[in-house]
Parts: sequence; C-alpha cells; structure tokens
Amino acid sequence: MSIRGRVWKYGDNVDTDAIIPARYLNTSSEKELAAHCMEDIDPSFAREVKAGDIIVAGRNFGCGSSREHAPVAIKASGVACVIAETFARIFFRNAINIGLPILECPEAVQATEAGQTLEVDLAKGIIRNLDTGQEFRAVPYPDFMLAIIDAGGLIEYTRRKLQQARS
Amino acid sequence: MSESLPMTMAQKILAAHAGRESVQVGELIDVRVDFVLANDITAPIAIREFAKLGVDHVFDRERIALVPDHFTPNKDIKSAEQVKLMREFAHQQGIVHYWEIGRVGIEHALLPEQGLVLPGDVVVGADSHTCTYGAVGAFATGMGSTDIAVAMAMGRIWMRVPETIKFIYRGKLRPWVGGKDLILYTIGLIGVDGALYKAMEFTGPTIEELSMDGRFTMANMAIEAGAKAGLFAVDAKTEAYVAERAQRPYTSYFSDPEAEYGQVIEIDASTIELQVAFPHLPSNTRPLSQVDHIEIDQVVIGSCTNGRWSDLLQAAKILRGRKVHPNVRCIVIPGTQQIYLRAVREGLAEIFIEAGAVLSTPTCGPCLGGHMGVLAAGERCVSTTNRNFVGRMGHVESEVYLAGPAVAAASAVLGYIGGPDQL
Repeated sequence: MSIRGRVWKYGDNVDTDAIIPARYLNTSSEKELAAHCMEDIDPSFAREVKAGDIIVAGRNFGCGSSREHAPVAIKASGVACVIAETFARIFFRNAINIGLPILECPEAVQATEAGQTLEVDLAKGIIRNLDTGQEFRAVPYPDFMLAIIDAGGLIEYTRRKLQQARS
Repeated sequence: MSESLPMTMAQKILAAHAGRESVQVGELIDVRVDFVLANDITAPIAIREFAKLGVDHVFDRERIALVPDHFTPNKDIKSAEQVKLMREFAHQQGIVHYWEIGRVGIEHALLPEQGLVLPGDVVVGADSHTCTYGAVGAFATGMGSTDIAVAMAMGRIWMRVPETIKFIYRGKLRPWVGGKDLILYTIGLIGVDGALYKAMEFTGPTIEELSMDGRFTMANMAIEAGAKAGLFAVDAKTEAYVAERAQRPYTSYFSDPEAEYGQVIEIDASTIELQVAFPHLPSNTRPLSQVDHIEIDQVVIGSCTNGRWSDLLQAAKILRGRKVHPNVRCIVIPGTQQIYLRAVREGLAEIFIEAGAVLSTPTCGPCLGGHMGVLAAGERCVSTTNRNFVGRMGHVESEVYLAGPAVAAASAVLGYIGGPDQL
C-alpha cells in the first residue's frame, strides 16, 4: 500500500494530552475526537488536515496516557501514517491494534520539513521525500506484528484466530 | 536437569506466565494474565471492541476490575453515559469487581488495597499507571482499550520481553524526602524516554527502608520515563502488606544475582533534595533549593501517585494549625474510601478543613483536567500527581509543578513553591 501526503511536523515527546486533551475523553466518538486532535499544541491541525496527510515527529511520540483515543483521533482526522524517531510503548501497540500505520525512521524525520510531500510504501517501509528526492528505510516490523497489521488490527486478528480454533 | 539461564524478576514472571522455563530479552511471547482492569474512560472502547470478537463471556469474571474513577462522581451527561455502559457490561458479564461511588477509589490505590493484585502476577490495565502494582512485585503494565478487550476475552496477551534497568539507591533520605522525590529525581536523570520499552527495577538499602506507599509512588511513575513496568522485589514489608489482603495464593520472583541488566544506575539518595518537576515534562526536575519565588493558585494533594495514607499524613503534619494561603485553593483527595475514613477517624479531615482546604471524595478528577479543580489560563498549580504536560490540568496556558505531598502542603501555606523548612 502506497501513501502520498503532506507533512505535519512536530518535535519530541508529543504526549497523548497534546494529541487529544482529556477534557474530550467523555466520548469515544471518532468524529468528535478528530475535531480536537492536536488542539493544545497546534490549533490549526484539526481545521486544515486533509485525508492522506502524514504526521512526522521526533522521539517518544504518544507518551503519557494509555488512551486509545489518541491514535483513534489521528486516524479519524484522515492522517494516513505517522512517522517518528521513536514511539512511546503504549501508543505503538494502540496504533498497530487499531490499524493506524506507523513507522520508526529517525533519518526520515530529521530530513523532513513541514509542508513537504512524502510517499510511503508501507509494506516495504520505504519513505520518499518528493521535495528533496531522498529515500529512507524504516525499521521493519516483526512478522507477528505484520500479521496483526495485515488483518487490519488486533480485533480482526484475534477473531480469525478464534474462528480457526473453532473449526 | 538443564541449567537455567540467570534472569531478572521481570523475565521470571513473564516466563512463568508463558509456560516457559526461561525467556530472553526482545522475545515476543504470549502470556497468561492474572488480572485485567479498565476505567470509565478506557472501558467503553474496550467493551465496544470486546463485542466485535464474537466471544460471549469474559475469561474470568473474578479477574477483571472495572473502575469508574476518572470523571466520577459523574461530571456531565456524557461521563454518566460512559459509566452506565460500563455498569451494564459489568452486570451482564457478572464481573465481580465493579464499584459505585461511595465504594470505589482511584484504581491504582484501590486494587492493591483490596488485595486484587499480588506478587508475581501479570496485570494489564487500560490505564498507563497500571505499572503501580510493580510495588508489590507484580509485572504490571498499561495498554490501550483494544488490547484490554482481547485480554478480557482470552485471559492472554502478547508481550515483548523487556530489558531491565537496575537502579540501586543508597543512603539515608533527608527529612520529608520520599518516594516522589526519588522517582522525580530518577526521571530527571534519565529523561521521559530514558526507559522506553524497558523495565525499571528499584533496589538498594534506601528502597529496603522505603514504605509500601513510597514504593507505590515510585512504581506508578515508571511510565513517565517511558518504562513498561517498574518493579520492586518482595520483602518483609510487601509480605506484611499483602498477607492481610490476598485472597488467592501468589508466588514471589527474585532477580538472579547474575541476571543481565541493560544498565545499572547507582544513586546516592542521601544527596537528593525535595524535588519539583517544572512544566511541561516530568523530567524537568529541580531540587527545591534551586526553585525561585513562584507564586501559585492551586495545590492538589492526591491521585494514584500520592493519594495514600502516608501522603495525607505528611500533608496533615504540615497543615496542622496552619492556614492555606488566602490566594491558594488547596484540594486534598484521598485515594480510596478506606483512606478517606481513616482520615476522618484519625483527625486528618479536621486538620485539612480547618486549614481551609477542600477534602474531596476519591477521584482522578483534577489530575487530567477532568473536574474538581480545573485550571484557568495563566494559573499555576503544585500537584502531587504524575503529569505536567501542556494543558494537562486545564487551560493550555496553565502550569503544573509536580512534587511530593510535603512540598505541596508547604506551598499551599506559603502561597509560593516551597518546602516545610520555609514555614
């Protein structure tokens, strides 16, 4: 699967309170969560983000709470992929589980600026900066995680496993 | 018999739950879980995802806790709806551990108090501070709602075996310095991703002397260094705490002396001052002696980090016979009803109220800017909670300074950030 999108660039330690403030956690409506995504660090994001856009960030993206509302808000806002130097552990699991594509690639992050266009081949983990022509390779997923991603998330992966066990 | 490889306690607990003799760092394994929890923010999504699995029943109705603690007593209609959904699921599934307000407490204070999480357990919770239970020698870690939906259905979950960083604390703690100061100092040292994907093991003579409440505070904030778990070896203090609470057998696991650690960090705890973490990261710590005159508007003493009996006791020692500064709102929140009742019986409630503080029912409320003490633009709060991110306790232009109960209580009286020695 190939993605082409415009870059929203953020720094290190983008926490889950920044991605979706707790004051909006009295709902799990994807649309409502998306409307407040990144609100406290970038009020323009929810207004201007377009389907297919890509978030590029520094170290420890998604640190803080376990709220799955954070990757849900990002996915529901139309973002096609998040590329970071590293991800916080719980955010990493949550993103894989709900089918939000994420890639770890410090080199790509350092060589990418806001507003540039990236082309990402998710299956191969190849990131191309169409403005500079540079190409990067993300950290590959272990097979086990690829299986979850291929199933479209943990629920579908588990459901299929349960079905196999029954038949 | 084959000679088993030396392992850390994290490895041993995970190996036992994977049905293996040993596991290696970095391995992806499928583990049995002893206990699963979610709260009023995370359970609604977990319940929705659970329904998609096509499973009729949870894996064990006695091994799941659903804790309505974040926005309770329900702060608005939407929150009430979330709790209602949770309550209905609990009743429908016959989940034993569900509590209404008046019985419920802050999850990470309540579950250990009720003896539901025990040494050697693997505990997964849809709350990042699930790592708190490492204080009783459990391998406990936070996950998202979808992971918890699967754990509720299967009683199993996948994990990556983490590398462990061993911290050795030596030396006698200075007056008023406690678990919060130790962990803030440690996070300041290694940074908010200093233990990313790793386990932190807290050891040494200082830790042996530290109370269970102090250990809960430290394990609680392991996540603020990015850690998967924060662990303490079981000792006489743990046994004394657990013995009167446990309703099922448990096993204690100890790191082998030759176990391989990713890193060993030695800390002279006798030099650690009272700590304050400045906005907007828990790692942005300073010793109190290097804090300038910073006037404050609010103080919060409570949360899953510092809402336990010793925390309240420390605050009461400082507030006794004193008054909260006229410009400050001071909110004290016991972690559980048991702690609340003890505060009433032993005179702490009177001390807080006479000092001019609010004494609230247990709730996570203000810690995450939910209710019961949300900050306006430009306001500053000294809080015994665990996060000081932008907008964490309210307006995006408000500021949170993290500290232990001694600094929080003293600051409430002073009207600026300070310690008991400045009173």
